[in-house]
Amino acid sequence: MKKTGAKIFVETLLEHGVNTIFGYPGGVLLPIYDELYHAPIRHILTRHEQGAIHAADGYARVSGKVGVCMATSGPGATNLVTGLATAFMDSVPVVAFTGQVSTHLLGNDSFQEADIYGISIPITKYNYLVKDTARLKEVMYEAFYLATSGRPGPVLIDLPKDVQTTQIDEPKLPELTLPLKGPHYTPEERKRQLELILSLISKAERPVIYAGGGVIKSEGAEKALRHLAEKAKIPVTTTLMGKGAFPETHPLSLGMLGMHGTRYANYAVAKCDLLIAVGARFDDRVTGEPSTFAREAKIVHLDIDPAEVGKIIQVDAYLIGQAKDLLQELAEGIEPQGLASHEEWLLQIDQWKRDFPLSYPKKEGVISPQYVVEQIYEKTQGEAIITTEVGQNQMWAAQYYKCSRPRSFISSGGLGTMGYGFPAAIGAKIACPDRIVFDIAGDGSFQMNIQELATAVYNKVNVKVAILNNGFLGMVRQWQELFYGRRYSQTRLSGNPDFVKIAEGYGALGLRVETPEEVPLAIERAIAEDRPVVIDFHVDPEENVYPMVPPGGAINDMLDRKEK
Amino acid sequence: MRHIISVLVRNHPGVLSHVVGLFTRRSYNIESLAAGVTENPEITRITIVVTGDDRVLDQVMKQVNKLVDVLSVSDLKYDQAITRELAIITVKTTLQTRGAVIEIANVFGAKVVDMSEDTITLELSGTERVLQNLVRLLKPFGISEMARTGMIALAMKSSEEQ
Repeated sequence: MKKTGAKIFVETLLEHGVNTIFGYPGGVLLPIYDELYHAPIRHILTRHEQGAIHAADGYARVSGKVGVCMATSGPGATNLVTGLATAFMDSVPVVAFTGQVSTHLLGNDSFQEADIYGISIPITKYNYLVKDTARLKEVMYEAFYLATSGRPGPVLIDLPKDVQTTQIDEPKLPELTLPLKGPHYTPEERKRQLELILSLISKAERPVIYAGGGVIKSEGAEKALRHLAEKAKIPVTTTLMGKGAFPETHPLSLGMLGMHGTRYANYAVAKCDLLIAVGARFDDRVTGEPSTFAREAKIVHLDIDPAEVGKIIQVDAYLIGQAKDLLQELAEGIEPQGLASHEEWLLQIDQWKRDFPLSYPKKEGVISPQYVVEQIYEKTQGEAIITTEVGQNQMWAAQYYKCSRPRSFISSGGLGTMGYGFPAAIGAKIACPDRIVFDIAGDGSFQMNIQELATAVYNKVNVKVAILNNGFLGMVRQWQELFYGRRYSQTRLSGNPDFVKIAEGYGALGLRVETPEEVPLAIERAIAEDRPVVIDFHVDPEENVYPMVPPGGAINDMLDRKEK
Repeated sequence: MRHIISVLVRNHPGVLSHVVGLFTRRSYNIESLAAGVTENPEITRITIVVTGDDRVLDQVMKQVNKLVDVLSVSDLKYDQAITRELAIITVKTTLQTRGAVIEIANVFGAKVVDMSEDTITLELSGTERVLQNLVRLLKPFGISEMARTGMIALAMKSSEEQ
């Protein structure tokens, strides 16, 4: 029996267990949308293509499954670009489909034509322009495989309209012919590296584990990490992407490191004699000036991507593989009685924790943004899924919402995409309807994808948005205050709308909170409400994120609030 | 330092942009690039000559190796590789200089592939150095046009055995 490309498309999605896609139709996608009309797939119509891809990304991050999104050709496709780059930087398995003009029109500057294949080369793990319906099924199988295998990442498939309408004989189930690369090192070399690492661990007196997003992505790695840390008594610091890889309430937890990390995490990294990096990539927001980073330490790197080893910092030993397997191997390999004592080191760290806890000023009648995050943490018992926007809101969320399990802190770490958090929250809630989902937002970021309120309300996606409204692009303002003589060039968001009315206009509940006393009540009310809620917290307008490593500085050389 | 990077890729559309993109992004200057099919029609060999920092190159090679269509990447050592390049050079001649140009061509083993009243077109394949020498000697006569393929290279099997 002959089948159209559009029918093969839908069948292949179903073969991959796809039950939800986020998308926005358009002219060249009509054949596929017609096929979706009666398909057992939930299509979430967002109000902007960028919302669709961020939602697919959020869905993927919390579920571990592939997030699928779709947009039409030309402007629809280019609206996916920020989302592709976001997913690429944070290694998120997203498969994005774009409609394209028919193959005979390609390259003619046709209506709504854009070379999304060319545009997306540097921001996808792989991409395709399918010119033959007979290849469609195979391409889709490859795309789903590539998105999730090894180091995950986004894959884009560009689908010309005639490829969707052409009828072909039922295609066979494809056999993947992707090239497999040989192992990165010989078995002997691997054994040598492993023995070296075990001996470094046994000799270390001041070790630290630095865990990143790779631990979140590798199923079960958090258990292996905990086992290793507890067995060898090694303190653990996580990156922004690694939040939830190790319980932040654990005595061995140092919280987050880096530019806005805790003082004790950064001091520990600066003073450690062994740093074990796992699933992390020595981002500049983590290392500060790389030549000053962990300079007293031997460095061990465990990662799935050989290209990350030695990229920023030369390492003393490394292993390539899934974080879970490597951590397990190390945990099994060490003998606690053979380890050097870490007693003094752990005492030193406890002292730092007592001397330099995270703290913020409490002013009479003024809401501290940190207090709002703390209250969300209290009222959700640390069990919510938190998404963030980018800037101060993101850093306060990271500092004050302690995470104890993976896939619960969803943030655009690498690309730093404002407008990410709200659509990602929608995707997260659809993937995990039983969990409370809070987007911790700023008044700037929220307005970048505020139109998705319609998506949330119409689809009854019960997400909560907590706007830390300071009337500024707060993080940029903070830099202007500290490094540009308080010249607040273009960072005051004059003309902000009434967020309560906006929420109401879309059919969500809007709450305005202007005093600290109202904060816990508003959060409780939002949680109890069975629909999307936007809480507009009017917070201290010029509060800063501290501690802070000035750009280009060493991470143990941090700025803090001046005592007034 | 100067490097000859040999990349084997699946013969897919777009693969060249993927590979080249990684070099240009890390501000690696590509001096020459030649691509052609191998003994297996589905596989293309891309030979890239680049100059730059060795540590950055190591990174770029790892990134290239990550590309789905890339089968292998190697950094060929100059003294352990056979390198060849083809040049077609059109030289201005007069009745008086024609003989001298042909003489130079003969010394280099270059073939005369075309001749007009006031030009001679030569073809020569050889190592980069040989081509450079030929070009240097022809320059005084006036080179009106030149096309070069860029270097292709294979590892020298005899040097691997030693």
